[in-house]
Amino acid sequence: MTPDIKGFLLAATVKIVVVFSVWMIAIMLATWLERRGSAFMQDRLGPNRVGPAGLLQPVADGLKNFLKEETWPKWVDQPLFLLAPLMSFIPSLITFAVIPFAAPLPGFDFTLPLLGRFTYQGPIPMVVADLPIGLLFILAISSLAVYGIVLAGWSSASKYSMLGGIRSSAQMISYEIALGLSVITVFILSGNVTLSEVVAAQQRTVWFVLALTVAFVLFLVSAFAETNRLPFDLPEAEAELVTGYHTEYSAMKFSMFYVAEYAAILTMSALIATLFFGGWDIPFTRWDEGPPSVARCAATLLAFGTKTGFFLLFYIWVRWTLPRFRFDQLMELGWKVMLPVALGYITVIGLVVWGAERVGVALAPVLIGLNLVATAGLLWGLDRGRLLAGARARRAA
Amino acid sequence: MLLGPALAVSAILFSLGVAGVLLRRNAIIIFMCVELMLNAANLAFVALAQQLGPDGQVIVFFVMAVAAAEAAVGLAIVLAIYRHKQTLDIQNLNLLRG
Amino acid sequence: MFWLFAALAVGGALMCITRRSPVASALWLVQTLFSLAAIFVLLDAQFIAALQVMVYAGAIMVLFLFVIMLLNLGRGSATDMRGWTGRLVALALGLLLVTELWVLVRSPLASPLQLPAGTLSRVAQEQGVVAVISDSLFRTYLVPFEVTSVLLLAAIVGAVVLAKRRL
Repeated sequence: MTPDIKGFLLAATVKIVVVFSVWMIAIMLATWLERRGSAFMQDRLGPNRVGPAGLLQPVADGLKNFLKEETWPKWVDQPLFLLAPLMSFIPSLITFAVIPFAAPLPGFDFTLPLLGRFTYQGPIPMVVADLPIGLLFILAISSLAVYGIVLAGWSSASKYSMLGGIRSSAQMISYEIALGLSVITVFILSGNVTLSEVVAAQQRTVWFVLALTVAFVLFLVSAFAETNRLPFDLPEAEAELVTGYHTEYSAMKFSMFYVAEYAAILTMSALIATLFFGGWDIPFTRWDEGPPSVARCAATLLAFGTKTGFFLLFYIWVRWTLPRFRFDQLMELGWKVMLPVALGYITVIGLVVWGAERVGVALAPVLIGLNLVATAGLLWGLDRGRLLAGARARRAA
Repeated sequence: MLLGPALAVSAILFSLGVAGVLLRRNAIIIFMCVELMLNAANLAFVALAQQLGPDGQVIVFFVMAVAAAEAAVGLAIVLAIYRHKQTLDIQNLNLLRG
Repeated sequence: MFWLFAALAVGGALMCITRRSPVASALWLVQTLFSLAAIFVLLDAQFIAALQVMVYAGAIMVLFLFVIMLLNLGRGSATDMRGWTGRLVALALGLLLVTELWVLVRSPLASPLQLPAGTLSRVAQEQGVVAVISDSLFRTYLVPFEVTSVLLLAAIVGAVVLAKRRL
């Protein structure tokens, strides 16, 4: 093996191992944050016994789930019953692989006693796999996550699970469309589908949330629906369906669903930060775009973590603030509001970009002006009762 | 060069799809076998696109659009049939025979 | 790599047409579709591979599962294989297909049509994976593209009309 190949293998392995372990710890912290956050919002204490401020509670939970009995209800379809948690666990983990999380590190060149020389020319990109199809990979893999829920619903041979599975398959397909369409405007502005290019485009211009607020809102709402979080957690809806698709699950298999949910939330938060909030870009300075160095990498990693953490908190905040939708309202929002708005927005953005290129005006002022108008329209629409018809309006119609 | 093997796999998949359509009686499975045949065709297109330029991939794009449309309409038909007859066994679906 | 995924694809297809329960069939078909996506990547068609997973595995097959679950067809009946006449017809058609394939295998690919090896992957490297397709899609095939949208619209209307109990 040449030193180059060894260096590449070393960098790849270290990246995979480090990212995976940090990611798992982040998931643990997310579950802790959810419980403490909800307790804070409901004026309770939450788990605070295990470790300082209850920080080790997720470890204790994990241990408990390891030791508990795996129950196999009588009529379950056994292979599928086992496959379902895996199917929801794996996609939510591997989607993170294409998200760039920090500025590149400088290459290295060193020699170890037994293993020989390792070199890596050029900067090391801080992303596990910078695929040329980038975001499409995320969309494709996250569209597979629905199988876990559907299979769990079906194989449990229980009414509640079944209803949860049916609901989730309809919900995920519907909101995937809005999710995909809202991202297209980002592609139009960045001119590329790889996430590192999307970040670079935002460094050159502005964060896309300022240029594409409507797309950001659409993406945020669909992200909530895709991760089955309140206000869209109809597949589990504990008040109606016990806990929906994972009613029959226990011990480690239940744990997998639990971890998968938080992994999906973290990935979505990271994705929102990357697509609309500049990824690892530090605002108001161009220092982070300089040649690669360890300090830049650490600082940008911190910036990325802050943004992701903010959206994680936002997820938790929304969960404990908003009530759950009814299923017909959910479908109505998805098909009658989000889809037309997303399509119209693509048309508008496309026309503006094309027109600005034709006329030769700078794109940024036009977009920001347009954005002001669009956001005003959005806020007007979000005003109570204009987006979703309530039961009374339905009866009147 | 994977052209030969890819075309062979495509042919095998297509034959399996045909076999499924001919051998099964459950309408929804027959439908899935049709999808399988479409995919076998896709594989052939992609394999040839590697040799003859990207137009083949564009065709696959169209095939997917058509398959999506077909799935939507076909499943709606399946739903309608099931509501009407309470079965999807195509041997019992002989309404036109009078 | 190619042979692994080819084996997975063929195996999935085989299981798909032999399983009794529609849900099992659908899942084996998902395996086939997914392996096909992997094969597409090996054939320099990354964009198509992503589309394959998104459209087929992510949307169409979920729709199938949705209908199967909605109609509660999950537990398959005893068997729904056709009787002997069906099998004979299938055998005859299969033999015909094999003959056709045999003839096709013997005839070589017209050589002037072949690009030099690796052309497509080089173009993809230069222009980006998506640009390769979009160029030809929105220039050469613009009219078919627009017609496809009409087709999809017709399909939506048709599906709604068929599936709705009362309009």
